[in-house]
Amino acid sequence: MKLVYFAWVRERIGKAEEERDLPAHVRTVADLIAWLTTEGEHYAHAFEKAPFIRAALDRKHVKHDTPLAGAREVAFFPPMTGG
Amino acid sequence: MAGEVVLDVRVEAQDFEAAVEVARLTAGRADVGAVVTFTGLCRDEGGALAALELEHYPVMAEEEIRRVAAEASARWPVMGLTVIHRYGRIPPGGNIVLVVATSAHRQAAFDAASYLMDFLKTRAPFWKKEHRRDGASGGWVDAREADDAAAARWKA
Repeated sequence: MKLVYFAWVRERIGKAEEERDLPAHVRTVADLIAWLTTEGEHYAHAFEKAPFIRAALDRKHVKHDTPLAGAREVAFFPPMTGG
Repeated sequence: MAGEVVLDVRVEAQDFEAAVEVARLTAGRADVGAVVTFTGLCRDEGGALAALELEHYPVMAEEEIRRVAAEASARWPVMGLTVIHRYGRIPPGGNIVLVVATSAHRQAAFDAASYLMDFLKTRAPFWKKEHRRDGASGGWVDAREADDAAAARWKA
């Protein structure tokens, strides 16, 4: 699965995107965040305020309880500050 | 043609001119009775800011603005909606965002433009980083609760 990161989430993780094979138990956005948090201190830092982090599946906003099933691209980013 | 709404959404680095965009929506037609434009500019924050850097999520940024524009055009009888959001490095005084709404009567254009800006701020995937004059990075701009409240008022 393709994971993409923006703004300070990208800076803390240290990369803009990556391809990852997800373990079978990772079924929802929240599962993915919990798993990534165990993948190293950069990830733990990026997701330290997990409920605050926004997610998108295939470029649409989703809540953390959304299943990943079928998605090709998951994005994580802070609350938006455009306009 | 009556009933057909012109939606023009652009996410780009280059600058825009509000007058040119207004002309695009009004040229050659006499049924438009109201044009509302909103331009968002980069503030200098009391002289401390050297530039804002706008990061965006390509494709999603445009798609999300298009979704908001479609909602606005379903809710109010607008004739045309243009939204341009820039990305990249923007100096104080520079343009960041433009919304143009046209309609037969003013209230639809005012409301649609206002709705677009409120939801663009809370839903379009853009992030601002400050670069300060003293050379320091001012860091990422925090999302404002006031913007969430502004968007929530349309849910009534």
